Amino acid sequence: MLEIKNLVKKYNTGDLAINGVDLKVEKGQVMALIGPSGAGKSTLIRCVNRLENPTSGEIWLNGENIVKMRSRKLRRARRNMGMIFQEYALVERLTVMENVLSGRLGYVGFWRSFLRKFPQSDVNAAFGLLNKVGLDAMVNKRADELSGGQRQRVGIARALIQNPDILLVDEPTASLDPKTSRQIMRLITELCEENQLAAIINIHDVALAQMYAERIVGLRDGKIVYDGSPDDLKPDVLTEIYGKEDWTAVRKRKPKKDQSEDDITASEEHLAEMQ
Amino acid sequence: MNKTQSKPENAGNTCQTSANPARTWSPPPFIENPTLRWGLLLGLAIYLFLSIGSLDVNWNRIYEGLDRGAKFIFGFMNPNFAGRWTDISEGMIESLVMTVTSTALGIAISIPIGFGAARNLAPLPVYLFCRGVIALSRSFQEIIVAILFVAIFGFGPLAGVLTLSFATIGFLSKLLAEDIESIDKSQAEAVQATGSKWWQWLNYGIQPQIMPRLIGLSLYRLDINFRESAVVGLVGAGGIGATLNTAFDRYEYDTAAAILILIIGIVMLSEYISGYIRKGVQ
Amino acid sequence: MAETLSSSPKIWQHRNRNQQLLSWLIWLLGTALFVVCWQKVSESTTWFFVWDAPRIAADIGSRMIPPRWSYINELWEPLWDTLNIATIGTMMAIVMAVPVAFLAARNTTPSTRFVRPIALLIIVSSRSINSLIWSLLLVSIIGPGVVAGIVAISLRSIGFIAKLLYEAIEEIDKNQVEAVTAAGGSRLQVLVYGIVPQILPAFAGISVFRWDINIRESTVLGLVGAGGIGLQLNASLNVLAWPQVTLILILILLAVIFSEWVSAKVRHAII
Repeated sequence: MLEIKNLVKKYNTGDLAINGVDLKVEKGQVMALIGPSGAGKSTLIRCVNRLENPTSGEIWLNGENIVKMRSRKLRRARRNMGMIFQEYALVERLTVMENVLSGRLGYVGFWRSFLRKFPQSDVNAAFGLLNKVGLDAMVNKRADELSGGQRQRVGIARALIQNPDILLVDEPTASLDPKTSRQIMRLITELCEENQLAAIINIHDVALAQMYAERIVGLRDGKIVYDGSPDDLKPDVLTEIYGKEDWTAVRKRKPKKDQSEDDITASEEHLAEMQ
Repeated sequence: MNKTQSKPENAGNTCQTSANPARTWSPPPFIENPTLRWGLLLGLAIYLFLSIGSLDVNWNRIYEGLDRGAKFIFGFMNPNFAGRWTDISEGMIESLVMTVTSTALGIAISIPIGFGAARNLAPLPVYLFCRGVIALSRSFQEIIVAILFVAIFGFGPLAGVLTLSFATIGFLSKLLAEDIESIDKSQAEAVQATGSKWWQWLNYGIQPQIMPRLIGLSLYRLDINFRESAVVGLVGAGGIGATLNTAFDRYEYDTAAAILILIIGIVMLSEYISGYIRKGVQ
Repeated sequence: MAETLSSSPKIWQHRNRNQQLLSWLIWLLGTALFVVCWQKVSESTTWFFVWDAPRIAADIGSRMIPPRWSYINELWEPLWDTLNIATIGTMMAIVMAVPVAFLAARNTTPSTRFVRPIALLIIVSSRSINSLIWSLLLVSIIGPGVVAGIVAISLRSIGFIAKLLYEAIEEIDKNQVEAVTAAGGSRLQVLVYGIVPQILPAFAGISVFRWDINIRESTVLGLVGAGGIGLQLNASLNVLAWPQVTLILILILLAVIFSEWVSAKVRHAII
């Protein structure tokens, strides 16, 4: 369904963010993209949506090459890709409902959207999704009145109302506490299963990735260094992705004396901190 | 993957199970109270109707004016610097001289008044007096002050300089006072705690905090004073305004355009330079 | 303290030598410039009048009070005109300034190389020229009257509003715009959903602020024939009717206080 062929992205500053990535995502497959900061995770999914223009390579979605597309066709392709952002990227001064409905902009003409006269089917879908993410009572609240978890739920509803084939999720939990992070990840994966959506979830929390994704791809210096199931993600693989570190420290606590300060926090945040 | 079921075309079908299909939505109005909302709209409509109705437009005169308008635009394309160059250059130099003098004087007076108008520094009587001076300076347009000063001090650039200095006080002292009132207290207290004298305290505790902004505001005011110096000349308080007025009176649009282009050019130049200096200060 | 640490005392200087020299140089040049300028002003001043100033000021002062209250009945209409000049002028300026601002902002302009410089030129030209001079120009072109005042006010305000607005546009949160783009919105939809909600409060604040300034400025446009209460001020000054001048000045003061109050209220309500 989504196929990336030999993708390269070089920024104007000369940084080579993506260096020849080949990747295939099947319908309904939830894939986690892990890797250290600067590995090109964000750039990769932003290239798929063409928020960044790839330097070379091809991106095929449903048999069409996105890289070659121009304005109108590109907008049509974007409708099929729902994007969820790290800092939620809600339009702060619009209401929850307007934010969700903004996911339908690719389907609705300018004047309809300008006058906020969306088709009743869209409004129904929006109510349904808001109910599903548990924000039914906040329809007319402004986005800047919500908490982080609530905002991300609105972001999810906005992506899903596009009726996409694939979700592009950029660090959905980076600004959330551990409990909310789990809730959000569960919500995303449940919704993906329900609607048979594929998803590329770009995430730095390895434990969360293992918990919720069916496939994990590791990125390092713009190249894929691991592609397989979450169960095969052993310490040597993590070393390959992130560099050398005592990966077993995730579970067992070592005596303080012969450990450097960083290793004392032996939890999953430990991995997060490394980046 | 084994999930091959085709997905529904319309988003409306995706998640309809839990929603009432007839539930409509329209954005919440900007003003909640309907009486107030419609009242404001109606009021605005009535105002517009009355105000536009009371405009006494002489279309004939405007039609005749189009010709002159075209002449002015043409003058802008072909400005005539040479025709009255002595008048223009003398007026421009006088404007610049007035700008420098009035800004320097204005800053010198503004700083003590600004300190006096900061509630966290000055005792109440001083505060009220300084705030009064600021309010007086801000209330009247430069041109009105210029008229009074010309009446009192006679024609010439001195009246203009005094006008602009006076206007500078209202601008600079007010912003300076607000800046002083919002300084970081702990820094000032730390200096006070060393047992410093009042002057030392101002010099070490307050001055470093407000200096960059004071420089920025002064440069900005220099710019404003130059623009205003072109205006006070209209009432005989010196500067390029008199030359400009004459040019318009004689319908010499090419000369007027030349003067305006010079003003725009100098303003652009000074904005560029002050932006550069401000970057250096911070 | 230094003596105890080492044999040769360390010298501490606030600035190093070059900085100190530069600082002195700037002060020297500044003072010299001021002295030269002051001499030029002094040359073209008739000091006899200046020494006489206190007496003249006292004389004018005594003539100015009491104000001629009965004159107020002739001032209502000019006051209404003044309000209209400011309000309609501001509205016209807003209509013209908004597109200019979008053309001038780096993130919304269609072309940084061609369109943006033109928009910036419009802004700086409009801002550099005082509304009185715009009035002078317009009175000369379309004749004296309220219309000249309205057009002058709007021409002056375009630059002000467009400048502040385009700075606000350049400071918006890029992520929110991207989110709307990612949903497949067209350029116009991105504008309406991603950008406009973010700048709306700033826009309203700027407009009201400029309206406030325009009330002040429109009180004096009459001095050059562009309508409003300034016409009466000019007429009274010409016949040296100081008690009338006092009344007009009081009225202007009240108008300024009123507009400042309205503008503060509205801006408070928005934020």
